[in-house]
Amino acid sequence: MSTLVLVLLTGIGLGALYFLVASGLSLIYGLMHVLNFAHGAFLTFGAFIGWEVARRLDSTSWWAFAVSILVGGLVGAGVAALTELALIRPLYERHIEQVLVTVGLAFAAVALYEGIWGSDPIYISAPAWMKETTSVLGASVPNTYWVLMLAATALLISLVVFLRYTRFGTIIRAGVENRAMVTALGIDVRTAFLLVFAIGGSAAGVGGVLAAHYTGYVSAHLGSTLLIFAFIVTVIGGLGSLPGAAIASVLVAVLQQFANYYMGGTGDIIVVVALAGVLLVRPSGLLGRRFA
Amino acid sequence: MNAARAAARRLPLAAIGGVALVVLMACLPLLNISIPGVLPTPTYQPGALALLSLAMIFAALALTYNMLLGTSGMLSFGHALYFGAGAYGLGIALENLGVPLFPGVFIALVGGLIIALVTGVVAMRVSGIPFAMVTLAFAQAGSVLVRRNSAVTGGEEGLSLNTEGVPDWLVGVADTRNLYWATLLVLVIVYLVALWVDRSRLGHLARATRENELRVRVLGLEPNRARLIVFVIAAVCASLVGVAYMLLQSGTVPRAVSADLTITVLVIVVLGGVGFRWGAIVGGVIYTLLDQRLTVLANSDVIESLPSVLRIPLSEPLFILGTLFILVVMFLPGGIAGTVDSRLRRWRAGRAGADQVDGSAVERLEDADAEPAREEARS
Repeated sequence: MSTLVLVLLTGIGLGALYFLVASGLSLIYGLMHVLNFAHGAFLTFGAFIGWEVARRLDSTSWWAFAVSILVGGLVGAGVAALTELALIRPLYERHIEQVLVTVGLAFAAVALYEGIWGSDPIYISAPAWMKETTSVLGASVPNTYWVLMLAATALLISLVVFLRYTRFGTIIRAGVENRAMVTALGIDVRTAFLLVFAIGGSAAGVGGVLAAHYTGYVSAHLGSTLLIFAFIVTVIGGLGSLPGAAIASVLVAVLQQFANYYMGGTGDIIVVVALAGVLLVRPSGLLGRRFA
Repeated sequence: MNAARAAARRLPLAAIGGVALVVLMACLPLLNISIPGVLPTPTYQPGALALLSLAMIFAALALTYNMLLGTSGMLSFGHALYFGAGAYGLGIALENLGVPLFPGVFIALVGGLIIALVTGVVAMRVSGIPFAMVTLAFAQAGSVLVRRNSAVTGGEEGLSLNTEGVPDWLVGVADTRNLYWATLLVLVIVYLVALWVDRSRLGHLARATRENELRVRVLGLEPNRARLIVFVIAAVCASLVGVAYMLLQSGTVPRAVSADLTITVLVIVVLGGVGFRWGAIVGGVIYTLLDQRLTVLANSDVIESLPSVLRIPLSEPLFILGTLFILVVMFLPGGIAGTVDSRLRRWRAGRAGADQVDGSAVERLEDADAEPAREEARS
């Protein structure tokens, strides 16, 4: 019983991490039809900068942890906004080229990180509580998972509030529904594009700092691995659907953890099989509409 | 009519040039040509031949990828899976089944075909960007399988070629030129397949689907079947290239099935010019030489003495390649081949304009020439 609870809870925690990455991807794709390969690079950048900040402060204290998360989110948003302005904006409506540019950026960024921080993983320290476990129904769940769940829940709630109750949120939702109509009404969607990129980047930056605490180290390839799972999650959830991404994140991660525990570490393969299954039955994903 | 006649007029020249180039490449191991700064040794020595063979491997792989992206407009991020299937397939067949080389090659190709069919059918359920994501996921699964099952694939260490079944003339440094010729043969085969695909009804249908899928459906044709067939042909060709790679390197590492390799091939095709067969070859050769030169440059004294702001980016070959790639996508949309091609057309049209004062003739000529270009360049 306690194993079951442990696997389930760690699955949900991992799903929370996936959601931090996938939410931005899904929003960006939904509004702009851009597949952002550089999302992993934003995440890694947030992780590195967050680590640099935390180690200059007292990395075992809570406030250093809080500052590193804040900084991670800010630099993630900054880099993403810069990317949108410099690389994506000149190529509007040319979707394949936009993908290619983000691929090139991801390629160059990983090489640059390796040049600056080396190619070996750097182990990080955290507040003492993060390294401990909490007992739930007999299962000792590492505390990092709670932080991940908290962060993902906070992100989901703030995104829903933002999309539902603000003017920009309304524009973004309308843009996902029908971009041509929004443009025809005289609304400048470019600001919304920039905003979506910045939001996605900041979620990725925060996700990067937390992913570093989850794995225990930062490395130049931290983002690339997570990005592939985030892709799978967004396709299973339905591209452009935020609730879809949330549900699929948890489903995929829990499935992965169960397969890893009970089926001898086959989690990664099971996830891809699940993706194939979902595509065969429902090509638009769980909550997605028709594919463009 | 006009376009067809123009193509027929140009064809012999291009064909003769191509054959001459292949003959020249075939003669290289027998000649003593040194190109300092590009080739490490004179052309008859193993060093230069190995580098040229690697360049041809990348050129051939880029050609197969161009069938997907150039001809059919499919952005796949899983092409390395089929390359790796060829390389690992041959290695596993020779190691575990103990078969001779040629049955081993056959097994590797059939393996690549089966994997391509299964993954292709599922991935074709979606198109466009989702297709890219799904193919990436499949390639990732393949990569994980290779890394995990180290008993069969050698895991992270890689799999080295069991030379028992391989004929002696294909083994060893002294026989590099035989491997070179074998690689050249693979490149020619892949080129001819790519040419056939582009010229056949299948290729026309795939191109039409790329431009306007709805219209193809309305005409009562089946876009998905055409796309799947092109996908499988490209995948099997990639497996063949993987087989050549396995023989050339006498081993393979997990990088052969990684997303990194697919992205490298994508970079090559875009640098060379999407939709141009010769662009893919030029891109492959340039990439291989550049990659090798940049690695040498990265470790050179000139770079070491620079301040760290310049030294760190310049000592990472992938950073330079990535940046170059972004610049090409943004400022040189046709890649090398596309840019050369449009210059050539403008020049030809200009010359025709000087000969004939009659404007309508120029216009007609331009129309005839520009049509295939427009068709190929847009993707």
